[in-house]
Amino acid sequence: MVETVIFYVFAVLTVVSATSVVTVRNPVHAALFLVFTFFTSAAIWLLLEAEFLAIGLVLVYVGAVMVLFIFVVMMLDINIARLREGFVRYLPLGLLVAAVMLGMMLSVVTSDSFVLEAAGEPLPKPADFSNTKALGSVLYTEYVFAFEVAALILLVAIIAAISLTMRKRPQTKYQDPSAQIKVRKGDRLRIVKMPAGEE
Amino acid sequence: MVTLSHYLILAAVLFSISIAGIVINRKNIIILLMSIELMLLSVNLNFIAFSHYLDDLAGQVFVFFILTVAAAEAAIGLAILVVLFRNKRSINVEDIKELKW
Repeated sequence: MVETVIFYVFAVLTVVSATSVVTVRNPVHAALFLVFTFFTSAAIWLLLEAEFLAIGLVLVYVGAVMVLFIFVVMMLDINIARLREGFVRYLPLGLLVAAVMLGMMLSVVTSDSFVLEAAGEPLPKPADFSNTKALGSVLYTEYVFAFEVAALILLVAIIAAISLTMRKRPQTKYQDPSAQIKVRKGDRLRIVKMPAGEE
Repeated sequence: MVTLSHYLILAAVLFSISIAGIVINRKNIIILLMSIELMLLSVNLNFIAFSHYLDDLAGQVFVFFILTVAAAEAAIGLAILVVLFRNKRSINVEDIKELKW
């Protein structure tokens, strides 16, 4: 009973804040609503006994990705009025597409041939069950190759993001130590022969 | 009692909202990226719900990898956005038409 109330509270909060993300005028507010959506989703994941991923969602998304979003949104000088034009024009089309997709997905989930409901509620785990431990015991054995590939993807993302945004300014003055070391006597020094004592 | 359908319907609603967001905000790349993040979130919710009700950890492992890829995608997407804004002083989708024939 308590579980049902918690589910409905967080489900309503998630849906309302997700709607706000796509409808508010200011992109900064949209980013903050997205943060709130991630928080409420993490609560729902906790309800599904996925404790590690719920904390991971808060740490990775709210802590890193959304900070990046807010950083970028605040850094760019955006003309909101121009970006908003066409909002009203495309609203009916957007609602239609969303309604059709929702109807299709609901007709699958609520149909009689969708018999997963028969499985019912799984047995609750014992109090000393550790979701993190269970996840780690399969992640580092069965899925270790995928894990390494994920690490590689993150490395590629780091290199791509840095090399895309790094700016080289030609007028900046800086030292080039290798050029300084490689310099020879002939590059810098010119010996001029002059006759001495002409009196 | 909360059943599997409750979670699946919630995920379907979230997904539809983000689809509508992509159609409505077609000028603003930032909101488009946020809608994609919302889509990934709803898919992750589906994975975790199935993982819980079928008592199989593979779903949660998959969500872990989706989170990794989504973080990489957001970082690169925002980097491209910053470079785009530096070159064109605008993030309007309509201003990006160099490849249009």
